[in-house]
This record gives sequence, structure tokens and C-alpha cells, in this order.
Amino acid sequence: MTALLHLDGVSRVYRGRRRWFGRGRDVRAVDAVSLTLAPGRTLGLVGESGCGKSTTGRIALGIEPPDAGSVHFRGARLAPPGTVQWRRQRAELQLVPQDPLGALDRRLPVAAQIAEPLLIHGLGSPAERRARVDALLADVGLGAAAGNRYPHQLSGGQRQRVVIARALAAGPALLVCDEPVSALDVSIQAQVVNMLVDLQAARGIALLFISHDLKLVRQISHSVAVMYLGRIVEQGDPEAIFAAPLHPYAQALVSAIPVPGPRQRPRIVLAGEPPDPADRPAGCAFHPRCRRVSAVCRAEPPELTRQADGRLVACHHAGAVA
Amino acid sequence: MDGVLVSIRDLRVAFAGVPALRGVDLDIAAGESLGLVGESGCGKSVTWLAALGLLTGATATGSVILTGAELLGAPAAALERVRGGRIAMIFQDPSSALNPVLSIGRQIAEALRLHRGLAGAAARAESRRLLDVVGMPDAGGRLDAFAHELSGGQNQRAMIAMALAGEPDLLIADEPTTALDATIQAQILDLLRRLQAERGMALVLISHDLAVVGDLCRRVAVMYGGRIVEEAPAASLFARPAHPYTAGLLAAMPELDGPRRRLAAIPGGVPEPGDFPSGCAFAPRCPRAGPDCVAGVPPPRSLEPGHRAACLRVAA
Repeated sequence: MTALLHLDGVSRVYRGRRRWFGRGRDVRAVDAVSLTLAPGRTLGLVGESGCGKSTTGRIALGIEPPDAGSVHFRGARLAPPGTVQWRRQRAELQLVPQDPLGALDRRLPVAAQIAEPLLIHGLGSPAERRARVDALLADVGLGAAAGNRYPHQLSGGQRQRVVIARALAAGPALLVCDEPVSALDVSIQAQVVNMLVDLQAARGIALLFISHDLKLVRQISHSVAVMYLGRIVEQGDPEAIFAAPLHPYAQALVSAIPVPGPRQRPRIVLAGEPPDPADRPAGCAFHPRCRRVSAVCRAEPPELTRQADGRLVACHHAGAVA
Repeated sequence: MDGVLVSIRDLRVAFAGVPALRGVDLDIAAGESLGLVGESGCGKSVTWLAALGLLTGATATGSVILTGAELLGAPAAALERVRGGRIAMIFQDPSSALNPVLSIGRQIAEALRLHRGLAGAAARAESRRLLDVVGMPDAGGRLDAFAHELSGGQNQRAMIAMALAGEPDLLIADEPTTALDATIQAQILDLLRRLQAERGMALVLISHDLAVVGDLCRRVAVMYGGRIVEEAPAASLFARPAHPYTAGLLAAMPELDGPRRRLAAIPGGVPEPGDFPSGCAFAPRCPRAGPDCVAGVPPPRSLEPGHRAACLRVAA
């Protein structure tokens, strides 16, 4: 199967502010990340704040050009932002952000906002656009009457449905969902997740699902990548990774998930805080917090290496201890 | 119940006539850990803000008794001794709960002066010891740090140190790990577990996350629409949820083990104060609701010792 989207060794560096006589500190938010997403599939991207998962999503969307590496969509390189070809590609690449209230214009009825991508991409006549907006509202489980309402008149779950309808308007092939349900109540999260999964099945949309919720990612992803400080540390089948992670960071992340009642495996509590992305440790970035650290970890950054079961792990000791 | 520390009876709170809390009965035993679970607007935070007299512009009726003394309507001076002294509270966002222009050490010392009469070098030494107790790295150096110089997890540790300064009998932790990353959340939950066990302090953990509550608490109360709908030992609640809302919440949670399955969503939306349905507040979303559920508020029924559910469909 040909890849829908392919990120090949992309990096993104934010330049630190230069001071007199001093060097500004650069933040390498994403460092040589490669990902492949097949049509209609879901790739889960997990990690803690500052690990670069949102920046990776923005690179995949073509909103932020990578400083190194390349992004290919349907086999063609993503065009530079602002060009006609980029605009055409962007119609098929859409974002579902975390905070729907922040993503919507408070002064416009939601129907006008759902119609906006159609206007921008010049799709349909005014009558066709109106019909399309009604159909989109129905697709996300809202009545046509909801279209006349303003964002503050809707609940959090309804607002997120509006944001998803807008993302679907131009007929995308890929949705980058950046923590799409984190701001919602628990009983509403499941509604929105099920809706996304159903829309994906009906339209063959691929999802890049960015989340800190490992349990949710396991339920809906076909493959998963764990990031730490800008790099992918483990990638592969979600069942395998969450059942028996190989990278020590992935192990700690999985064991940090709260579970009711007595736990089967003792929790690995990581010492210390995630390090500052502007002050990345040498060698393996995880080595200051790692239980299995050795001399090679402090000197050499480990490469992502394929393991016997097919998953990729970036750890000098991955093969040695299961 | 033996050794009841706090006893809440028929606590009702309204903001400008809009009811937010509609009759809460809850007992906290000395040294126990209780989880208070529910979604936004269910009243889980309001219960404790009202109990501690921290709500402005609200009317609260009912009774909150702390070892024989009524807190509701108590004089300000009495409440000030209770707050931070007998009952301490920590919040979701530590960096906004801390004073940005005072050092961490000064803020802990203030609590020590108010509740234990410590000052000067003694207060500084005790502040440092408390920062050690909560696992602050480089405790001595952090006394002079400000909130913006610390990470979210370190700020929450500083808040917990301040809460411990008055040696409280009860710590109310309101979503203490919601703003934190997963690995830091695990650190803070372990810290709360250790402090509660070592000090024999009672703990009320307010959370929207059943898994977090089940991880830390022995007993759980589930709230919906301004009332407690189910109350049980954590093990019974997770094994045999009785109220359809509790069962629905558990089914909506994805699991880390077992076969992957479609999530079971609860239909409808979370009711907001001012828009609470009459009768059983969950009835409009409930798969088992009938006309009798709307007719009146279902009283709590006892299922087994310590396990109660306010549902007409539960066999008593």
C-alpha cells in the first residue's frame, strides 16, 4: 500500500533569543522524526508535554515547514506554504485541535464557520454549500438548527463536533487530531471518539491522533509512536507496545497509568522532571532518568532499530532486557 | 461509623438562587481516603468550598460538623483556625494558587506562623524539612525560589508542603494531578499515598478520573447533578457498580488490558447547574429510566455494608 503521508527525518528548531555577547539557546522541538501513515489508518502519537508531538502534527499538516527532512503527501512533496499547490494539498490535511472554544469564532454562527473551508477552497455554489453544511452537521450528530447558534450557546462536546464538521468540510484525507477530547467530560469523550472512528470508517480518512491518554490511543490506533524530547523512542503495534514496552521511557509511561485496585506490576516512578528541550542531555536524551543507563548512553544517541517482533526501539539496551 | 472526622448533612448550595448542590450527606472517617468523582458541574468541588466557607455570593444550608463543631455559618475567626489547621486544601493549578511575588519558603513560613506559631530560623528550618518530606529536589535551595522558577510538579509539591504546615487532620486535594504530565502525576499520587499512610491524615481526592481515584482511595463517592448517587468501598464500586451512571462511566473508560472494543458512550450531555432535571438527575440519559424516575428523587438504598446507591432500579 502506498503511504498517504510520509515524514522523512523531519526536524524543527526554534531559534532562541540572541543576547549580547551570548549565544541564544535553540530548542530542537522535533529531531529526525520519520513516520508513515497509510490511507484510512490511525497512528497514535503519545508523549508528555514538550516532547514535540504537537509540532510533529503541525509539520504533517504543512503549517510549519521542517528545518530538515521532508514531508510527502500522496507521493508528492508538500509545497511551500502560501503556494497554489500547497493550498490544494492543505484542503486534504485538516486539524482538530484540543480547545474547540479557542478554535471557533465567538461572533459567527457555527454554520458560517463550517462553510468557511468550502469558501476558501472555492467548493460549490452558495446553495450547494448550504446543503453541504447541513449534511456535515448531521454527520457529526447535530441538527441543522444547531448551525444558527453561536459557540457559547453549545456545550463543550457540541463545540468539538462543530470543529470536526469544519475539518471534514473540504473532504480531507487526513485529520491531525491534537488532544481532541482532553477538554471534554469523561462521558462525552467516548461519544466524540466513537464518532471519529465511525467517520473514519465511512470516509476512509487517516488519523494522526496526538494524545497523552495511552488507554484511549490503544483502543483506536493501528500503530503508535512514543516520543521523548523530540525523538521517537518506540514505535509499532499498540497492543505489543502497551502490553510490553521495550524502551525504559515507554515502560515508565505505561506503568504511570493509574489503574483502580492493586496493580499487577510494580509502578516505575521516574525520578526528576522531563528535561528542558533547550538543554537536551548528550547521548540518549532519557539517560539522566533511566534505570538502565550505562556509559554508552551518555555518549551515543541510540538509533531506532527494528526488533525481532517488528517494532522500532531507540535504546542501547533494548535487545538485552525484555 | 467509628471516628467520624467530618459529617456533612443535607448540604445545599445555591448561587443567586440557582442550585449547585442539592442535599449532600457524607461522612469522612479519621485517617481514611475517600475519592469524590464526577463530571464538571456535579458539585464535587463546591461541596468542600462551601464546607470551608470559601464561597462568596452563595447561600449554603445544612450542616458540616468537624469533630462536634458546626462549620457552616461559623464565625470567620473559627473558620480561619480550621482552614489550613484542621483541614487543608490543594488545587488543580498550583502555579496560580501560589503567590507569584513571595518565595516558596516565605509562603510555607506564613502557614507555620499562623497555625503553629513558628517564626524566624525555626520556621525556615521547618519549611525546609517540609520540602524534604514532599520530595522537593534540593529543598534548601528551593526555599528562596519563586513559583515561576519551578516546574508544575515542583509547584504542586510546594503546595502540599504548605498544606502540611498546619498538620491537618484532613487534606482535600481538588484535581491535584490533572494539570500534570503522566509520569509526574504518578509521582504526586505516590507522594499523597505515602503522606496519608505515614501521618494518619484523612484524604479527600476530588477528581473526574475514576482510575486516579481507584488508584489512591479506599472508598469512593460518585456525584451527579449536585447529589451523591453512589457510595461504596473502591473494590465493590469497580467490581459491582450499582448506579447506571457509575456503570456508564466505567464502560466509557478505555482499558489498558484485554481486547480492544468500541467505547460505550453515555448519550446526551452533562447537565449544568440551573438546568438540573427534576427527579433523578441522570434519568434523561439513563438506559433503565422510567416515569417513576422523573417523579421524585430516588433515596439512597443500601446494597451491602458501606455500599449505597440512589437508584430505583437497584435491588435493595
